[in-house]
Order: sequence, then structure tokens, then C-alpha cells
Amino acid sequence: MKYVDEFRDKALARRLAAQIAEEADPARSYNFMEFCGGHTHAIFRYGVQDLMPENVNFVHGPGCPVCVLPIPRIDNAIELAEGGAIVCTYGDMMRVPASGRNSLIKAKAAGADIRMIYSTQDALRIARENPDREVVFFAIGFETTTPPTAVAIKQAAAEGLRNFTVFCNHVLTPAAIQHILQSPEVRELGQVHIDGFYGPSHVSSIIGSAPYEYFAREFQKPVVIAGFEPLDVMQSTVMLIRQINEGRFEVENQYTRVVTPEGNAHAKALVSEVFELRRMFEWRGLGDVPYSALRIKDAYGEFDAERRFTLTESRGRDVKGCECPAILRGVKKPTDCKLFGTVCTPDNPMGSCMVSSEGSCAAYWSYGRFRLERVKEAAE
Amino acid sequence: MNRPAKLMEKRFPTRINMRTAKVDMTHGSGGRAMAQLIEELFARHFDNELLRQGNDQALFAPPPGRMVMSVDGHVVSPLFFPGGDIGSLSVHGTINDVAMAGARPLYLSAGFILEEGFALADLERIVISMAQSAKEAGVPVVTGDTKVVERGKGDGVFITTTGIGVVPDGVELSGANVRPGDAILINGAIGEHGVAIMSSRENLAFETEITSDSAALHGLVAEMIAAVPEIHAMRDPTRGGLAATLNEIAWQAKVGMKLDEEAIPMRPEVDAACELLGLDPLYVANEGKLVAFCPAARAEELLAVMRAHPLGREAAIIGQVVEDDMGFVTMETGFGGTRIVDWLAGEQLPRIC
Repeated sequence: MKYVDEFRDKALARRLAAQIAEEADPARSYNFMEFCGGHTHAIFRYGVQDLMPENVNFVHGPGCPVCVLPIPRIDNAIELAEGGAIVCTYGDMMRVPASGRNSLIKAKAAGADIRMIYSTQDALRIARENPDREVVFFAIGFETTTPPTAVAIKQAAAEGLRNFTVFCNHVLTPAAIQHILQSPEVRELGQVHIDGFYGPSHVSSIIGSAPYEYFAREFQKPVVIAGFEPLDVMQSTVMLIRQINEGRFEVENQYTRVVTPEGNAHAKALVSEVFELRRMFEWRGLGDVPYSALRIKDAYGEFDAERRFTLTESRGRDVKGCECPAILRGVKKPTDCKLFGTVCTPDNPMGSCMVSSEGSCAAYWSYGRFRLERVKEAAE
Repeated sequence: MNRPAKLMEKRFPTRINMRTAKVDMTHGSGGRAMAQLIEELFARHFDNELLRQGNDQALFAPPPGRMVMSVDGHVVSPLFFPGGDIGSLSVHGTINDVAMAGARPLYLSAGFILEEGFALADLERIVISMAQSAKEAGVPVVTGDTKVVERGKGDGVFITTTGIGVVPDGVELSGANVRPGDAILINGAIGEHGVAIMSSRENLAFETEITSDSAALHGLVAEMIAAVPEIHAMRDPTRGGLAATLNEIAWQAKVGMKLDEEAIPMRPEVDAACELLGLDPLYVANEGKLVAFCPAARAEELLAVMRAHPLGREAAIIGQVVEDDMGFVTMETGFGGTRIVDWLAGEQLPRIC
């Protein structure tokens, strides 16, 4: 497959592995957080950890869009569907646990009209086909999925599609990374050791690489914008190791085939026309993070589900014992959670990190579990 | 004097117009309309000696030996897809389930659940395709049933087929027989049925030349077991794909498996479609593939036999069975790392067969 196979080449991977082993200083360790679930998935899917020396570690970050959505927001989506609206959302969202062991897929089985869609255009089509029903698009995701939502809202406005609204849960990457770096676990307690970041690839194609300049400087952590292919991750690892060895903390761009410093001006203009910053938004795992999410502007207020419908304030919390919040902050590993692999598996997820293939728990379970068993066996 | 006989011949004064008519509730009521549909559609196309007995059951003498029986319900959406339709699929799917025991399939039954309003032209197309597939496979549909549900209570047509077959003496295939050291073989490229279905789904439609691999495998199976009777197990990797089938057998036989990603045959188009849709081809359904386990010493011989058959030209040895109490199926990735090939969690794509 052209433009894909080149980035999964075994011989090149071996060469990069040798380079990493050569440049990594055996006297120290290197702990790099991959913010994005896309990187987490690539690392596990291709077994990238197997090619790394022992002192180079991946710290899995919170960048899985379905993982970071707090339970009350999912409760609200279910409430909308149970109130009679058709709720449309992306597939990964369907199985995320809500309050009371509920989820969108269970609510659907119980009779709510919840539809899995592949694009915002599907949601618009459903709205056109059901003029006598309220159709709500349950919008989630980072900066990458925001422009299509903006397009859908503008299209609905142009068509006068009055039965269409968006339940907006779009969140922002730089605010979350900064929040992690400011957390006591990283700054004071030293529980999480992060030496550098793999910067988001798709997100950066929209916002560019410039937004990371501030915290690279402020927190003195190198950032390398990395593509989602396994060779991208490996090459970015070389770049991060070099920055650390040379005492630099800059924003570098490995993913030059897509990302520019300025990003996509057209997409950014669309987003700022339709959305504005929320003063505060709750993230699962990170808690309330200021200016970390978007809401729909007044000019498009009639397409905002939160304005059209009265939503109950849910007090839903994560299942007791679930370590998703700590795992999302990088404080704990999936294997530190008592529920991991016992009551919580991808077939029966208790926490959000076990749902999406981009969640750390699901990735550990689905792709890396055999390693843990080998380690256990060796220890016994 | 011969007037009553003529009346009998004229049981249905006019033929059903298959081009314009639609299924209605009378087609399942047990009355004259149902009898006419059976006669002019099902009996006409499925025609065979046992069906001509005209009873509610087919009467035949069982051949000597052990018999196998298998049932499969088909709810695929859309009903027509590149490389097949629900009719051919319902024949191939059940024949393959019977054949995976090493059996020679003998007869099929077919139960139709029709939705009120379904175009008889489409139903006829499906029945003709089914009859054609059954004829090519040499496995007749010898008994059947038709029911009609109200509009909105079905989705056009659902078809359930049952197959029976006879297992040759000395053939003992079971997932439980798989042993460490066995070679794992597959008869061709994976993921084609699933991708063909996806490419024709309304909300996903994309252009591809991939067609479903739907095919009856009993001919290939017969040659394989004739050449290498020591085959331990065979299974067709349908829903859940290759990954699900290997995990089922690893669990059943309490063994582990090691796959080599680069050895697994796959068309670039399937690879590309999966990449685009975010699917893993290992989990995508097949309808004309089988996985076989045999002692490593006989693997090359079995591979040659498979490659000599039209349905096994791209056959390959894709891995080996290893000792592992945990039952892990692992794979050396084309990238050089190792990963688990786990069970499918949740639902990758509903109504694939």
C-alpha cells in the first residue's frame, strides 16, 4: 500500500532501533509521554516497545477522545436519547460506561434511538430524513474532529435544518498537556517522570506546531510532533533523545509531510467562526481544566443541544476502584489497577480506558498482555 | 369425465407476476397463495427428487458412517453485494460448516422469513442464486419453510439453512485435536467478504474491485483429507475473522499460536480499505476461507495439495501452534515487534452474514 508501507518497513525499523540504542545514554532513563491514543495504538499494534532499549519508556497520555469524556456528559447524551431525540455518534462512544452500568449501546438495546455514524454528513442526512424528530449529533474529539462539526453546523444553518443540534464536547490538546505538566504529581511529588513529549500528529495538522512552543519553553520539555506510523514514532524517539542529550527543549516537527508551524488556516477560521472557548470543562482523569474545551457561539446557538434541551446535572462518577483517572494522567499503569483483566476487559469495560483501541488499558490488554504474563512467570 | 383432472391442473388460474408482485401476508398463511409461491418459485428452482415427494419432510436412507449436522442463520445487509447475495451465502456458509468436519455434505434445508412488501423479483433473484449455488456444489435443498412477518418486523428476507453430511471413516477433525508443533495453513487471502459488504453499505459506500470470497469449500476439503488424513482440525474463519477462529481453537485445545504477519495472504485493496476504515483485517469476515492444522512434517505436502485446487491457489503456511497454557495467539508483526492477536471485543460490523 503506497504511502503507508514505507512507514512500516522492517529494515528501516531495525536501523532506527540500532540508532536509538546507540544514542541513548545507558546511565539514564528516557520517559516520553505520547499524548495521543493514536500513538499508543501504533506502539502496541506494531510491537514498537520490543525494539526499544530498556531505558527508553513510553508513558501513555490522555489523548484518547472517548476516554477523557466524563461520565456526566455520557449520561446527558443518554438522557437526550431517552427523551425521544435521535442521538448520532461515532462508534467508539457506544460502549463507554455511563452511570449505573449504563452505556449508549445498552440504552439503544433498551429502545432509545441511538445511531452509529461515520461522519457528520450522516447525522445531517438523518436529520433531513426525519424532519419530525429532533436529531442530536453527540460531538466528541480533539481539534481534528472539530472542523467537520463546524461544517455540519454551518450546513444546517444554510439549509434551515431546525431539527438538528450538536451536543458539543470538543476538547483542546495544548490546554490538557499544560495541565498535566502543572499537576502536583509531575511538578512536586515526582510520581510521574516525563522527559519529553511526542506531539499529536492529526491535531497538529489543524493547529500547527506553534501552540506547543509555550510549554516546551516554560516547562523545559522537548516536544516532537510525530506521525502515527510506527516508523514515525521511532524517528521521533531519536529526535527526543538527541534534544535531551544536547540539553535542548524545543518543538521539533518529525511529521513534516503534513504539519506546518501555522496549521490549516481554513480549518482554524471555520472553527473560530462557529465555536468559542469554554471557561471550564471537566475531563475524566484531569478534573476541571480551564479553557480546555469549545462551545457553540451565540450566532449558532439554535444548533446547540445544551441550549435547546434542559439537561439534568448528572453526578455520575467512575466505578469504585477504577484507576482510569490516574492512568490518564500517567500516574499509574493499567496493570496497577485492581480491575484490569479481572472484572474489566474490552468485552465488559468498567472504565473508559478499556473501551477504545486507543485507550491504554485496551491496548495493554489486546496487544501487550502476553508480555505481562511472561514477566509474571519470570518473577515466579 | 376428465373435467376434475383439468380443474386440478388449473389450481392457480394465473401465474404470479414475479416482476411486479410483492410479498403479502397471504404468502405465509398456509393458504392457496402460499402454495402457489412454493410451487412457482421455490419448488421450480430448487427442483430435485426429494423435493418432488411433495411432503412436509424429505425422506431418504442415511448412508453408512457418522453424520454431521449444522445450522446457520443469514441476515446479511445489503442482500446483494459484490461477489454474491444472501442466497449464495446461505448455501456456502452451511456447506462449509458441514465440510469443516471433513464431511461430504449431502442435503440442505432452507427456512425463509420474508417481510411483507418485499419485491418478489428480488426474492426470485435470491432463490435462483441459491439454487445455482446448490447445483454447483452438488448439495440439493430438499426441504424448506416460508413465513411472512409484517412490514417493519423484518428486513426483506432472512434465510436459515441446515446441512447434513457424512464423515469418511478414519477422519477425526476437531479443534481439540490441535497440538503444539502443528502448522497453521490458510487457503487464501483474508478479509474479502467483510470488505465487499462494507463497500456496498449505504453509509459507507466506497469503490473497490474486491468481491466476496463466498464459496463452497467441500471439494477442497475432500482433496486435503484424501492427501493428508492426519489433519487435526479445520475451521472457516467467518465472523470475527481469522483472529476469532484461531483464538477459539487455542482455547479449545489449550495451546498457544505464533503467527507471521508477512505470511498471511492479503490483497492490497483489502489492506487499504481496512486502513481507511480503521479496521484490522485479521478481524474481518471471510466466507470462502478455511484454516487447517496439521503436523508440521506434512505441512508442505498439504500446502501443495491446497495450491493445486482453484480455491487454494494462494494458500500459505501462516504460523505454528506452540505450548502455552494461557492460550495466547501472538504475531510477529511485519514491523519486527510482537503483539497479541486477541478475541474481537464488541462488534466490528453488524450483519455481515
